[in-house]
Amino acid sequence: MQTMKLTLKIWRQSGPNDKGRLETYPVEANEHMSFLEMLDVLNESLINDRKTPVAFEHDCREGICGTCNMVINGQPHGPMGGTTTCQLHMRHFKDGDTIVIEPFRARAFPVIRDLVVDREAFDRIIQAGGYVSVNAGQAQDANAIPIEKETASRAFDAAACIGCGACVAACPNASAMLFVSAKISHLALLPQGKVEAKKRVQAMVNQMDLEGFGMCSNVTACEAECPKGISVENIARMNREYLSSTLGSEVQG
Amino acid sequence: MMLDGKIPAGPLTEKWTQYKSTMPIVAPNNKRNIEVIVVGTGLAGAAAAASLGELGYAVKCFTFHDSPRRAHSIAAQGGINAAKNYRNDGDSTWRLFYDTIKGGDYRAREANVYRLAEVSASIIDQAVAQGVPFAREYGGLLENRSFGGVQVSRTFYARGQTGQQLLIGAYQSLSRQIALGSVEMHNRHEMLDVVLVDGKARGIIARNLVTGKLERFGAHAVVLATGGYGNVFYLSTNAMNCNVTAAWRAVRRGAYMANPCFTQIHPTCIPQYGEYQSKLTLMSESLRNDGRVWVPKKKEDAQAIREGRKKATDIAETDRDYFLERRYPAFGNLVPRDVASRAAKVACDEGLGIVPTGLGVFLDFASAIERYGKSKANSMGLHNPERPKIIELGEEVVKEKYGNLFEMYEKITGEDPYKMPMKIYPAVHYTMGGLWVDYNLETNVPGLFAAGECNFSDHGANRLGASALMQGLADGYFVLPYTIGTYLANDIRTPKFDTNREEFAATEKEVRERLDSLLGVQGTQSVESFHRRLGKIMWDYCGMSRTAEGLTKARTMIRELREAFYKDVFVPGSANEFNPELEKAHRVADFLEMGELMILDALNRNESCGGHFREEFQTPEGEADRDDDNYAYVAAWEYKGWGEDPTLHKEPLIFNDVHPSKRSYK
Repeated sequence: MQTMKLTLKIWRQSGPNDKGRLETYPVEANEHMSFLEMLDVLNESLINDRKTPVAFEHDCREGICGTCNMVINGQPHGPMGGTTTCQLHMRHFKDGDTIVIEPFRARAFPVIRDLVVDREAFDRIIQAGGYVSVNAGQAQDANAIPIEKETASRAFDAAACIGCGACVAACPNASAMLFVSAKISHLALLPQGKVEAKKRVQAMVNQMDLEGFGMCSNVTACEAECPKGISVENIARMNREYLSSTLGSEVQG
Repeated sequence: MMLDGKIPAGPLTEKWTQYKSTMPIVAPNNKRNIEVIVVGTGLAGAAAAASLGELGYAVKCFTFHDSPRRAHSIAAQGGINAAKNYRNDGDSTWRLFYDTIKGGDYRAREANVYRLAEVSASIIDQAVAQGVPFAREYGGLLENRSFGGVQVSRTFYARGQTGQQLLIGAYQSLSRQIALGSVEMHNRHEMLDVVLVDGKARGIIARNLVTGKLERFGAHAVVLATGGYGNVFYLSTNAMNCNVTAAWRAVRRGAYMANPCFTQIHPTCIPQYGEYQSKLTLMSESLRNDGRVWVPKKKEDAQAIREGRKKATDIAETDRDYFLERRYPAFGNLVPRDVASRAAKVACDEGLGIVPTGLGVFLDFASAIERYGKSKANSMGLHNPERPKIIELGEEVVKEKYGNLFEMYEKITGEDPYKMPMKIYPAVHYTMGGLWVDYNLETNVPGLFAAGECNFSDHGANRLGASALMQGLADGYFVLPYTIGTYLANDIRTPKFDTNREEFAATEKEVRERLDSLLGVQGTQSVESFHRRLGKIMWDYCGMSRTAEGLTKARTMIRELREAFYKDVFVPGSANEFNPELEKAHRVADFLEMGELMILDALNRNESCGGHFREEFQTPEGEADRDDDNYAYVAAWEYKGWGEDPTLHKEPLIFNDVHPSKRSYK
């Protein structure tokens, strides 16, 4: 098993009021480790030296919960396409590499500590309308409305979003358009979500603006960095939905 | 004390309907004044919080995550069972009930399991109405597949992300209630104790994980939906933060822990590769629909593969042992998880393992790729296609079915499972044991409820695949919102609880002292190192195969480890700040107690059933030898104090409608 000696430059910030800085740490890893296991090794050695370990968020380590979030060498979730940080493996790095690790940066994602940021803005956008208004017990039989396979599949593609925020971190404007549009598309494509589509798109877009996310200027870095391959077509669909919702709609004003 | 499961009278098939129609309920105007705490936002917690909010209760909901969309339910891949009989293949509520009881090796309550099967169909209806994008056929109707231990296709799925899609559905419903003001959501709050007032659960102490501040919350009832305790093994398929603390703290306050030794080892996980490894990754059971499990027949072939001198594809068909198909012809590769896991262990124990550690078997898709390729070629009107064309078409079909799972495998291992068989080995995945609850999902502590994996109620000694999502959502959407009313109906005159009361202050003080004592040790060993050692003890002696001798030894080892922990653990930082190491230390401290209880339970149960395999109790063919005369009961353990032996309470399992038979998948 090949051991690699790496130099990590990691953003350390004790809290929201600390200015923060990059600090340098040497670490030994091997190609079988995941990126987060490499950070575990660093933290273990920091603890053994009675220093404060690096705070970072992670949970499932299977690429699905959306908890892990860090910018690795300038890219959210690191260099591999379609990969969350927890599924990034060290075999993609080599002996002697220097790796810069920073938090997801956006005005709407304030830093809590080190690499941990607050992404509750995403929750508030969903609360604004990212749902179908159906109480438990109200549903009709699941097969009552056939849905074209292709349509269901496109809805799924949008619903695959894990809410990690990489799209925001990748965007030079820190726009949340990809995240918001994925939810709007997922629900608007399905007959169950169609009923409230107009109201939903207006409420969610308004909340997105209130949270301080930037505007979309078609850079499409969001799509490139999205670990789940969410397409910018969703942004186009959201813009159409938004526009049509404001034209002659009873929900306007 | 005699445990009363409070199972309603009447015929099995009518119990729930009759009970629902006659149980006490709370009028809408009173619900507004009644507060309910829900801890946990996985499928059970999010569904319960949303549904209770919809009913009009004043709900306070808690998660230690940064958002209620992240709980580990999200990682469930394969599917959710429901007795819809959309395939016209003979499925029914009864068959789902029977499969689940048998799958659990006759160690679950009939009435609970029947209710679960009964409400299963409504879950699919509810999920579709929420916009869950389940897999569909060309006709636009819902698709199904098969899972282990059953002979029908009743599993609904959303590619390999069924858990995520169902959790997002529940999260959306929860978000709607948060927006409406009926649910007050507390992210980044970890429950560290339950507060009892006059013997009833009336609140919790939670730590704000950002500020470190301990906060008090009062309510008329408390629902724990805090998942299982699989991480006691350190390496498991659970998320890193899954823990037993909420449930264990309830045990320390008097709630009974039931069947803690019933843990599920899932057969298809990516094998362990190194000492640094932090977790194991599951490969969905759905893969066993099409994947064939095998090892080489000859030890020298296995050794050659382990040493990299041969590849799987070098082994001739006649030199392969498809051991599940051979041992269990009726169910083949789709035997239940406990059976498949043990068979893999047996093969590896015989020296036939195919990874360098010796602990791994193949899961091979070559036959499926060829079969699907031929069928696709036929449907495209291609006659006598060349073999490469067949393989190409077959790979397309397999990609459509399992694409994201194959991708995940390749990301982790760096190997292409379309070309080479996957390498898999069993890993800890789920815990059937949990807090003891009655038919109302209420623990023996009045007002304290437990839902989802956190309770013990439905899966007996082994859970069938695609049934965890079913149970979590059944409890959350369709059971708890009703049954909690039976308790709350007596509380309509009880005013809201003032958290300045003595009981809240005293509990908070205990929590503070506990945290201070962990920080105060200032020893030399990390929390992680203790967790790792605990996990090894549990896996070696209380894992896939157990003996009285090993368990006895393990109990001593755990006690020594616990002693060392409180003498020499090092937790950096303070209690008044964001401090993940402190969170971990508290969780590991509780695992160190839970582990011992699991061992005691395994020692007590002198039989083999489901996931609990005691080597002393097996048939000549090596199958589990159950003892219904002496062990057809739920073992519910009462905590008696630090260092004291817990007291065992037995709830007899009475089977009126199914006859416990020898569980055979041959």
